[in-house]
Amino acid sequence: MADSVTLTIDGQQITVPAGLTVVDAARRAGIEIPVFCYHPKMEPVGMCRMCLAEIGRPMRDRATGDFLREEDGSIKIQWGRKLETACTARVMEGMVVRTTTEKVTAARKSVLEFLLTSHPLDCPICDKGGECSLQNLTVAYGPAVSRFYYEDKAHAPKDVPLGDLIILDRERCIKCARCIRFQEEIVDDPVLTFYQRGHHTDITTFSDPPFDSYWSGNTTDICPVGALTTVDFRFGARPWEMRPAASICTLCPVGCNITFDVRREAAAGGKMVVKRVLPRQNEEVNEIWICDKGRFAGYHFAESKDRLTQPLVRKDGVLTPVSWEEALEAAARGLEAARGHFLALASGRLSNEDLFNLARLTDALGGVKALDAFMAGGDLTAQFGLGEGSNLADLGKGDTIVVVASDLEEEAPLWWLRVKQASERGAMLIVANPRFTKTERYADVALRYRYGREAEIVLGLADEGCSCGGEAVKAVAEANRLVVFYGQEGMSLPASRALAQAAAHLLVKTGHAGKVGSGMAGVWPRANAQGAWDMGFRPQDDLAAAFRSAKAVLIAGADPAGDDPALAAALDEAGFVVVQELFLTETARKADVVFPVLAYTERSGTYTNGELRVQRFYPAVLPPQGLLADFTVAAKLGKRLGIALEANSPAAIMRQIAEAVPHYAGVTYEKLAEVHEQYPLIRRTDLYYGGTAYANVQGLGVALKPTAREAVPEVEAPAVSGPLQADLLAVPVTRLYDRGALVGRSGTLQPRLPSGAFVVLHPDEAARRGLSDGVQAVLQIPAGAYAVTVRLSPQAPEGVVLVPRSVGVPAREIAGCELRVKREE
Amino acid sequence: MSSLAEKYPDEVEAILAKYPPEHKRSAVMPLLYLAQRDGGGYITKAAMEDVAHIVGISVSDVAGVVGFYSLYHDKPAGKYRIQVCTDVACALRGAEQFAEALCENLGIKIGETTPDGLVTVEEAKCLAACDHAPVFQVQTPDGLTYHQDMDIKATLELIEQWRKEAK
Amino acid sequence: MSEHILLRHRDIPNIKDLAVYQAHGGFEAFRKAVTEMQPDEVTDEVKKSGLRGRGGAGFPTGLKWAFMDKRNWPHYVIANGDESEPGTFKDREIMEENSFQFLEGVAIASYAVGARRAYIYLRGEFWHVARWLDQKIAEMEAVGLLGDNLFGTDYSLRIYTHLGAGAYICGEETALMESLEGKRGQPRLRPPFPPTYGLYGKPTVINNVETLTNVPMIIARGADWYHTLGTEKSPGVKIFSLSGRVNRPGNYELPLGTTFRELIYEHGGGIIGGKKIKAIMPAGASSSLLPATDEVLDTPMDYESVPKVGGMLGSASVIVLDETVSIAWLVKKTVNFFREESCGKCTPCREGTYWMERLTERIASGKGTPQDVETLYDVGRQIQGKTFCPLGDFATMAVVTGIERFREDFDAAIKER
Ligand SMILES: Cc1cc2nc3c(=O)[nH]c(=O)nc-3n(C[C@H](O)[C@H](O)[C@H](O)COP(=O)(O)O)c2cc1C
Ligand code: SF4
Ligand code: FES
Repeated sequence: MADSVTLTIDGQQITVPAGLTVVDAARRAGIEIPVFCYHPKMEPVGMCRMCLAEIGRPMRDRATGDFLREEDGSIKIQWGRKLETACTARVMEGMVVRTTTEKVTAARKSVLEFLLTSHPLDCPICDKGGECSLQNLTVAYGPAVSRFYYEDKAHAPKDVPLGDLIILDRERCIKCARCIRFQEEIVDDPVLTFYQRGHHTDITTFSDPPFDSYWSGNTTDICPVGALTTVDFRFGARPWEMRPAASICTLCPVGCNITFDVRREAAAGGKMVVKRVLPRQNEEVNEIWICDKGRFAGYHFAESKDRLTQPLVRKDGVLTPVSWEEALEAAARGLEAARGHFLALASGRLSNEDLFNLARLTDALGGVKALDAFMAGGDLTAQFGLGEGSNLADLGKGDTIVVVASDLEEEAPLWWLRVKQASERGAMLIVANPRFTKTERYADVALRYRYGREAEIVLGLADEGCSCGGEAVKAVAEANRLVVFYGQEGMSLPASRALAQAAAHLLVKTGHAGKVGSGMAGVWPRANAQGAWDMGFRPQDDLAAAFRSAKAVLIAGADPAGDDPALAAALDEAGFVVVQELFLTETARKADVVFPVLAYTERSGTYTNGELRVQRFYPAVLPPQGLLADFTVAAKLGKRLGIALEANSPAAIMRQIAEAVPHYAGVTYEKLAEVHEQYPLIRRTDLYYGGTAYANVQGLGVALKPTAREAVPEVEAPAVSGPLQADLLAVPVTRLYDRGALVGRSGTLQPRLPSGAFVVLHPDEAARRGLSDGVQAVLQIPAGAYAVTVRLSPQAPEGVVLVPRSVGVPAREIAGCELRVKREE
Repeated sequence: MSSLAEKYPDEVEAILAKYPPEHKRSAVMPLLYLAQRDGGGYITKAAMEDVAHIVGISVSDVAGVVGFYSLYHDKPAGKYRIQVCTDVACALRGAEQFAEALCENLGIKIGETTPDGLVTVEEAKCLAACDHAPVFQVQTPDGLTYHQDMDIKATLELIEQWRKEAK
Repeated sequence: MSEHILLRHRDIPNIKDLAVYQAHGGFEAFRKAVTEMQPDEVTDEVKKSGLRGRGGAGFPTGLKWAFMDKRNWPHYVIANGDESEPGTFKDREIMEENSFQFLEGVAIASYAVGARRAYIYLRGEFWHVARWLDQKIAEMEAVGLLGDNLFGTDYSLRIYTHLGAGAYICGEETALMESLEGKRGQPRLRPPFPPTYGLYGKPTVINNVETLTNVPMIIARGADWYHTLGTEKSPGVKIFSLSGRVNRPGNYELPLGTTFRELIYEHGGGIIGGKKIKAIMPAGASSSLLPATDEVLDTPMDYESVPKVGGMLGSASVIVLDETVSIAWLVKKTVNFFREESCGKCTPCREGTYWMERLTERIASGKGTPQDVETLYDVGRQIQGKTFCPLGDFATMAVVTGIERFREDFDAAIKER
């Protein structure tokens, strides 16, 4: 089969890739065939009939296979008796399509007229008004007056919650099934369905909780009408009142491209307010999707009332508001005194620019650059990561993906989606985890291991004699491209380090290291963990000890005292503590100086995602008075300490980074802002086609070149320790919906967040211990005793208590534990 | 609630055996009939969950099936659902008048249930018995029976007999 | 008619008993096919017989079997026993009364296409038929007519019944397969057609019950014999389900090519009360309305002739309308049926049938205006040719032909107000 075909649409000859639908082909020629049910990311279904067109196919001589020709030499075309749906017809060499004939125009008008008979025509109060396909297409093709009796209109409920996040207006729904198909086909949470049939057809959900999916918000983007809206945006604003601001989601290492829609609001004292988050197309990162956490919880924290507004300095034991001058002076004095005994603790929450300035400051003070993280391997991903030329969307037959120690949908939803899709395209998927995860549904090989043995499993894949099955070993060895995701399941710093080394070793040993398209990626809990490693920050094996021995500590973008009581105690022993924060966290409460900083929605900068792509975010709202960006704080401190740092221009800092950090060479803000044409062609002018996702005009980012492309270093196989021995193991795991500092402040997502600490147990394990579902219990771990609710799941391995991170129990690593029923006092 | 598989293991197994093991979903419809019988004439959400579990699909997908077909019910009605065909061919032979008269005799309207909860009268589309109008089928939790060439008297007698049996 | 081919129970009492059926040569055709013929030979014989599908579309049966994709296995056979077209009641009589001949047809078709599993899809209302056929299938299994290694060959076959649950659209072959797969009965995109992509995505032959019931006799007596019945282009016999305003409604098995007049007046005993015949619906509720002129009454009922007078043979469910029937009322009834049975998948059918229902009710109840009749006609035309499956077109047939051919009835309905 040829790779491309040439056809004629409305007299225009075009050559397009084979296999395209006529609708998609037409768009590439700039001809818009209207659609409702068709969506370029989903299989065509031909239901709504909006795309009807005249489609002719060339006639061939049965015997010779040659085209039959008319007298004038042109190819004879066979025209169908009926109009055809252009969304289901695939292009064919010599095909002729007509979309402007009277017959086609009449058909479009008819279909629209039919749709409008059931539609409430309540555009003035509809959230989709102004960005509704039905509205736009009616203007373009629809009948001017209705022949349908208004009193004959069927009425339906207009306010049907499909769960906590999405509301359905039954009257507006045009039954295109895009939402149902998205849930089934794209994200495999088939929780929506049509109920009844014919004219009574309704969208409903029967899951518990209703519309139980991490992806539900996307259905509101692709709903071609105002039938599905989000609770947070419903009646929130008219689309044309808002201004879009390009940004990057900061909640996981994927780095989804998003757009904040903002509006100036009287209710907010005339301030700019974020009204909603929409995906922004980046086919190499998140396509046109984002998860619900990113959509509903990514920015609310910035608007919360408890933001710090002024610098604080401890006076007579009390944190007291002071001027910036005074606070900077106090901090500089404290740091100066600690030269040589200084520690800066930063996290992957900060931008590259913040981290770079802080690193320079720390270096100048002879300090330690510590990273707040329980996972390691950023040095290895800089060498063996994906980067330039890689795109998960390219993976398919012949390629192999290994996902180890990760519940990928919970840890990095978009990566989960892209791995799933790669597997559906034929990529070999090996999933290694001690328990079943949603990723395993698509696995060709599922490997189970006992917690603590993850590095061993990965090493085994490099070894023909391994017990993990010849199929997996062969698939890894023979893969065109090999991608390894290593995640957070049960991770502690040493375990993660070993796992990362094992992944790197696997790449080297199987000859995939340094090859374009192959590489490893850490499923880190923070957006810019890679950037933090690249700027020189490293996790500390014993952070508590480091705190204790430091004469001064500067903490930015981290709350160790809030996360871990042991660290809180250690911090008390640190000499002098400076904190850069948005909120008065536990850590900030212990500080001598606190600097209030800007949220990322209020400034610009860059993050480096887990695939080694540097991406820019732009200010969405005006910065509140009196707050500074982290990099500016570092620069101002530097100035007082005689260290020259850029204080104003993040672009200028990026130029310095490009000079200082080898694999960032050549990265500039201009380059980061470059775009090229992406398929499918999602544009805001044709909302009916792709939905309300934003086109990307602000930059697709720059993928870095992993250093192993130049020379592949050897990686020692890590020393692996045996499995952890304990009667009952407490295993920290990650859930997408936790109560982390930022997410916990989202009002919208609140009903979906766990209300308090809980643990998950296998039913048999629970039965043995006299525990049942919902019972209150006490979990005893090294950090202390915690009240938890017991939940049962057959997917938890026996002998294990799964302890979700960031919901109340500070389980930092796997350890033996006790779990007993809480006695009523 | 105990599951269908526990209550009727043989029947569930026999149903599943009809379809290739890798296409268990095909068993949804017969399992729904079983659930409807077990539920006394209608299918609850819990029953849908049970069926979903047996065949390994989502509850919503099962519900979509329940909602699509007219012989599955998600709400209780009379123990006997009299479904009178009033479609074209039967209507040409007096079926509409028959249905009306029947309702009048029972003191209810189409779609309603007698106060004792015994009988619900519904209209049905063509039952493939057009040469035997008036015709109705009676749907009970246990299944369906056809009653052909009926008149009001015979129908009322039939109902009377049910009433006796119910006591 | 001398001898019944399909409704043989009318000649042979108790043919529904296995012993009686076998005493009259039952299952000899199946045995002959399996032990003496190659599968393709069976298909060729059916092709030669000229048998065409009796489910409505009239597609040549042997050709359909020959289309089965032989590179993709397993193959399935489905008997379409959904029989839901208003006015159609022939398949039920076959399955109830001549059960084994039908089952033998399923078995032969399965052998011909190499299927080892066949399903009989029955409309949910045929609860008792399903029970009955299950019993008959069990009897066949008990005597080795179904099961493994049939007649000592390596051919194995099992037949299963599957009950629908009340949905006309499930008679459409792809909707039927969706339903059999445990989904909502909505039609699939075609192509690919079932012989390429059918049940569970595998090549599948789907035939109407009556079609399959012809097969044993064709194999037993040969294609040439079959050609002696019916007409040149429409060979064989057909069961005509006669209903409506006739004295003797019922199934009549007659050679294809029999005229409407003979069916209605000779077999059906003429019109009730000696009234005047007004119109004929030759293919159930989805037919065009044929004015009962002499030309129409003398038209032979076969695949070629009925279209010439503006109708279709379809499933040959002949509904007779007399002078007492208002076409405005009739159209309201047919539209109500299709509105109720539209699956809802495509816009023109889902919305158009609802709109037509509102208009036909308005008109039939005397509240309509001449403009409503115009709109109704337009809406019908607007649906045509745009729907996902033929149901949408079916819904418009009586409406459009009714207004074109019986406008006066609509005018009268409007005047009444
Ligand atoms: C809306 C619709 C309803 C149908 N209903 C039936 C039916 O009840 N029984 C049937 O045999 N075919 C029915 N058909 C035709 C089938 O799709 C299919 O053509 C037939 O089963 C093929 O068998 P045959 O070739 O033996 O006729 C229907 C088609 C449509 C479009
Ligand atoms: S809710 Fe929207 S996406 Fe879903 S079927 Fe209705 S119109 Fe389509
Ligand atoms: S059901 Fe087929 S077009 Fe509507």
